[in-house]
Amino acid sequence: MSKPAQKWAVQTRTTASTVFAVIAVLAVVAAFAAPFFVSRSVIQDLFFILTMLVLAQNWNLLAGFAGLVSVGQQAFVGAGAYAMFALVILAGFDPIMALPVAGIFAALLAVPTAFFVFRLDGAYFAIGTWVIAEVFRLVFAQWKVLGGGTGTSLPRGTTHEMVGVPLVKELFDVKSSAAADIVTYWLALGLALATVGFIYWLLRSKRGIGLASVRDNLQAARSVGVDASRLKMIVYVATAFGTGMLGALVYVQTARISPDAAFSVTDWTAYVIFIVVIGGIGTLEGPFIGILVFFILQNLFADYGSWYLLILGLIGIVVMLFAPRGLWGLFTGKTGIQLFPIRRRLIGGQLTTSSREDTHG
Amino acid sequence: MPILSLSNVTKSFGALKVAQAISFDLEQGEALGIIGPNGAGKSTLFNLITGNIAVDSGRIDLEGRDITRMSAEKRCLMGLGRSFQIPQPFEKLTVFENLVVAGAFGSRVAEDHVTEACAEILVDTGLIHRANDLAGSLTLLQRKRLELARALATNPKVLLLDEIAGGLTEAECQSLVETIRAIHARGVSIIWIEHVLHALNSVVSRLLVLDFGKVIGLGDPEAIIASREVREIYLGIEI
Repeated sequence: MSKPAQKWAVQTRTTASTVFAVIAVLAVVAAFAAPFFVSRSVIQDLFFILTMLVLAQNWNLLAGFAGLVSVGQQAFVGAGAYAMFALVILAGFDPIMALPVAGIFAALLAVPTAFFVFRLDGAYFAIGTWVIAEVFRLVFAQWKVLGGGTGTSLPRGTTHEMVGVPLVKELFDVKSSAAADIVTYWLALGLALATVGFIYWLLRSKRGIGLASVRDNLQAARSVGVDASRLKMIVYVATAFGTGMLGALVYVQTARISPDAAFSVTDWTAYVIFIVVIGGIGTLEGPFIGILVFFILQNLFADYGSWYLLILGLIGIVVMLFAPRGLWGLFTGKTGIQLFPIRRRLIGGQLTTSSREDTHG
Repeated sequence: MPILSLSNVTKSFGALKVAQAISFDLEQGEALGIIGPNGAGKSTLFNLITGNIAVDSGRIDLEGRDITRMSAEKRCLMGLGRSFQIPQPFEKLTVFENLVVAGAFGSRVAEDHVTEACAEILVDTGLIHRANDLAGSLTLLQRKRLELARALATNPKVLLLDEIAGGLTEAECQSLVETIRAIHARGVSIIWIEHVLHALNSVVSRLLVLDFGKVIGLGDPEAIIASREVREIYLGIEI
């Protein structure tokens, strides 16, 4: 078993990912500068795209990487949104300052929620999360100060005086409401960057490869020392934090909340699942593709009412049948291109000097 | 003090008794072989030792510490490594990544500290040329090697091997025996379940015979194989 001293190393970077990194930096700079060049309605569209992207990335981390297929993430959207409303209306918080607190509130709620739903697996887990979300909706509908079942609005002018809004108003020479849209857009962009950055960091870390092993084979993962329930708990609480903060941000922008809207399974989970599945579940790139497809479809068909939902469903079925790994999965399967590479490739040692086939293969 | 000690370990699946008051000690640095007919409860015994299945009663100690109620992942951290009879690779990870998971989690160190060790295990087990291929693309024999390699990556004190020599050619079997001997020579205690008796006997110093979840023989391999009871059970099986 003796062998000459060898130098081994691990590489994750690929040519495609290096090129992409440069393009991504330019895209982010352009996105931050967008309010200088585009109209208010475009900013509102971009805000919508970014918020759905954050939700999709969070759900993808949960379902695609940790195997926790939840249909109850609206629980955390609503909880975050209601926490923000409570802080603003009852405690006089600035809405923007309330965002991180709302995220923490959602994360704290995720702990007892996990206590119940982590006892369930697969389809039972999915139903369990949905039931919990419904319970949240019914409970928050009892909160009379925040409007009970009919909901309430942020006090007049609150969003016009938020941190940064007067400054943006002056800088762009626009009305307060337009300035508030720009501020929430920038926050959504920051949240999207932070979410993607966090997930990418997590997946490249030791925890990421541990999650992948759990997803592939739970029994074997535990046998090599992977604490599966701890990893799943970390992901569940982290996504609750991101989802809760996102929920709060969305409702800063709309400034009006009701339990039915804030805990809507269609808006905050069904569409999100559609985006992730169409784009490619279990890849960081997938949700980006999915959100573009979803946005285009919504603009084309949203006026057709229930036909719109039927079309979404049909497209979902077609993609699942013919591209079960989503559009990005189809693309990466054919080209091998990864924009966010997480594959650890061993290089060096014998691998550089010899490539003979394993004779026992 | 024995490194691993089982006393009265019992387990039933409904009416089926798969482990009946099993007791034995594995001494520090010992290599113990386990034989028995199909369905004797050999793999179940491994599952009980590693915590993949909970015992009904009895007690398991590792290095003098009671691990009977400990989770599988904690037992791995304490130094129990295992291979599965039916290979259980992480199919969507590469061969190298399979070992990285085991190395980084199994001995609780940072990921970049295990690169060298994992690469060397791949060289030793003859998998280095498939290092960057998906584990799901391996042949059955390579999957069995991966089982051994991944167990080694956790840096075990006690290594449980479950039928890793089945289906190998004579030459392959010989090279496997060499590998296991080298592991043993480094001080790793080994329990090896195997039907290929000559491979087993060239490594182990004691044999344990299991039948219907009961220990029916334990001792010197030659004496065990010569005993009438064992010959009856193994009638028709090549010795």
